[in-house]
Amino acid sequence: MMPLLKNKNLSNLSFSFWVGSICVLFVFLLAIVSFFWTPYDVTSLEISNRFKTPSYNHFLGTDHFGRDILSMIMVGTQTSIAVAMVAVGIGILFGLPLGLIAAAKRGTFFDDLVMRFNDLIFAFPALIIAILITAVLGPGAFNAIIAIGIFNIPVFARVARGAALTQWSKEYILAAQVSGKGTILISIEHIIPNILNLLIVQATIQFSLGILAEAALSYVGLGAQPPIPSLGRMLADSQTMISIAPHMAIFPGLFIVITVLGLNLMGDGLRDYFDPKLKVSNS
Amino acid sequence: MNLIKVNNLNLSIHEKEILKGLSFEGKAGEILGIIGESGSGKSMTANSIIKLLPFGSSLTGEIIFQNRNLLETSEEEMCTIRGRDIGFIFQEPMTALNPLKTIGEQVSEVIRIHKKINKYDALNSAATILDRVGLPQTDFPSTRYPFELSGGQRQRVVIAMAIAIKPKLIIADEPSTALDVTTQAKLIKLLKKLVFEDNICLIMITHDLSVIADMADKIIIMRNGVIVERGKINILKNGLKNDYSKNLLKASNYKSKKLKKKISNQTLLKVDNISRHYSDNSFRFFGEKKVFKAVKNVSFSINYNEYVGLVGESGCGKSTITRAILGLDPIIDGKIILEGDEIKAYNVTNNIRKKLQVVFQDPYGSFNPRHNVLKLISEPLYLEQSQISDYEKLNLVKELLEHVGLNAEDHKKFIHEFSGGQRQRIAIARSLILRPKLIILDEAVSALDVSIRAQILDLLVELSESYGLSYLFISHDLSLVKSITSRVLVMKSGQIVESGNTKDIFNSPSHAYTKSLIASSPNLESSLRKLS
Repeated sequence: MMPLLKNKNLSNLSFSFWVGSICVLFVFLLAIVSFFWTPYDVTSLEISNRFKTPSYNHFLGTDHFGRDILSMIMVGTQTSIAVAMVAVGIGILFGLPLGLIAAAKRGTFFDDLVMRFNDLIFAFPALIIAILITAVLGPGAFNAIIAIGIFNIPVFARVARGAALTQWSKEYILAAQVSGKGTILISIEHIIPNILNLLIVQATIQFSLGILAEAALSYVGLGAQPPIPSLGRMLADSQTMISIAPHMAIFPGLFIVITVLGLNLMGDGLRDYFDPKLKVSNS
Repeated sequence: MNLIKVNNLNLSIHEKEILKGLSFEGKAGEILGIIGESGSGKSMTANSIIKLLPFGSSLTGEIIFQNRNLLETSEEEMCTIRGRDIGFIFQEPMTALNPLKTIGEQVSEVIRIHKKINKYDALNSAATILDRVGLPQTDFPSTRYPFELSGGQRQRVVIAMAIAIKPKLIIADEPSTALDVTTQAKLIKLLKKLVFEDNICLIMITHDLSVIADMADKIIIMRNGVIVERGKINILKNGLKNDYSKNLLKASNYKSKKLKKKISNQTLLKVDNISRHYSDNSFRFFGEKKVFKAVKNVSFSINYNEYVGLVGESGCGKSTITRAILGLDPIIDGKIILEGDEIKAYNVTNNIRKKLQVVFQDPYGSFNPRHNVLKLISEPLYLEQSQISDYEKLNLVKELLEHVGLNAEDHKKFIHEFSGGQRQRIAIARSLILRPKLIILDEAVSALDVSIRAQILDLLVELSESYGLSYLFISHDLSLVKSITSRVLVMKSGQIVESGNTKDIFNSPSHAYTKSLIASSPNLESSLRKLS
């Protein structure tokens, strides 16, 4: 990442990028803090204290079992972020090499095979298949990761292949070939650093999609299982009680919005920053 | 009576001075040449006249066109002047036309903006104008789209758009630079004819003295936004006063230093009867696959210490041959032998690779922007299987940087910190690090300004003396090949049509294609001789 930002002026980053990154930073901080400390224990029920509206003792109120909503949200974002992050990791781990090999062997049978298989995965509605996978393998955070991760693979394969193709046509690749370097070495040494910006942008976008997908899966009860709190299930639990305790739905929903919006703003900002075509020249 | 008179024109963009105190004038029926290297401000001069400038520019001075100061003219009035009174011809014919409109529509659009006539009449007059620029309706109906035309034909359409309303002034910004020599010669002829017939004032902007020497009446030589030399065209002969313009003329008339080392009789590289076909890769049920023969039975050889030129227009198969020699592209027939070892595509041993290096045309695309110069230059060391210590590597790179005329401490910098000429020096350093026997120069100096080109060519001659190198110059530029090589191969549609001693071929070409190539390539020496 360092040479990527070298000689670039950070003040060129847009306002929306900074707003987005502040949102993301805030959510990440909450998630990290929840590892060591939460205001209350999320597993202890206190029925006498249920449906409390936000107050000094319970900052965001309590739910129908008397659990502290702030603590649940903190642990819930932790689950969401972990699931989305590992899912993006799976996408990069498998998608990037596939895309790079397809680009290196462009026009061959292997290239066609990889890309048509990608098309095949794209042809299925991602969330429905994710529901199918978790339904078959059983609900749980781990299976949610696999289900979301599989659909990240073709996304990264496609982005990597497209970007790598333009790099392969450049003369410095030819110079590397003349220096006797093989396909794999060229891909690692020359292609990856030059397509990294696109991958970073795509990763932030996939990350926000992953958080949404995790929320959706736990909303239908296929994500992390109780007693582990998750934002999606908090929404599902609250919907029957929305007239008596609207804060139960509002706060988890707001957190999903903040995270996803923040990530999207950050992704947009990074894309504008890396793509010279969108920049107004000030020289 | 001057048609256009520019008086003390200053332009600054974002507080940066681009043009300083320009003054010149043009009369009807006159060709004014503005010459300058990249960054001299010649294109900005053209854009200032039609007031199409980037944001943040401020223009002061006077541009008197038909007794009217264009600087005080409003944008709306400028719109009526552009196209009607001032025509503009762009450098890049590939992007100057809208790909979704037919050529007839594009020319008639110009007519309809300025004359209130109906579409049908406009299309008809567009047809006559296209006919005038050498695109007759019988061969090139105005219903053609730009992609159905070649580069030269597209540039004719751009010219047709510029002359459609019979403007009094035409500004041509490097109109022939992107074209092959034979096309370029035809276009210049056409422009001269139009100026003569319509009594137009043509402002011709170019970096190439040899193009202008043959056509302009008056010239201006610019450098860093200032006019350094002005006068009638015959000042080129022996009236130049400024040192810069003298150097420019000398560099345009480049003569290489004589080689001291003798060319040996032993063959270094032998290309024996090679062919390469590209087939249409798409799968089809019926019909035969289309096969494009890029290279057909080409044979030649290069001796030790010899400079060989390979000349041809775009698409003749030059690049395919480069790739084949480098072992990056399989050949379907024939053999390529370097010092007794056959080069087999995809399977080139390190031993062969070490003897063979290449310098590419594009000084911007031939380096990984994320690596520093040390890493860039030492990349071919990968071929040395024996491990080289980082210290040795660094010393080697420093030494090479000094050999190619750069600072030894430049090894820390990144490639975007260098100019085009410096980048080509780095590319040469990279190709030298393994002390190869043969360097292929694939249009290696074509993208450079003439004065820098001369420096690089001198450097190449010096280096070949000290390193004992042979060069294969691949180029479309005849004057370059003539100035530096001892033997030349002329290539057309995948075949070598003529080969032999450079002097003999240039003095008495035998093949018709070579003849037309030599006749159409702008020759500064002979145009200067014609000047009184």
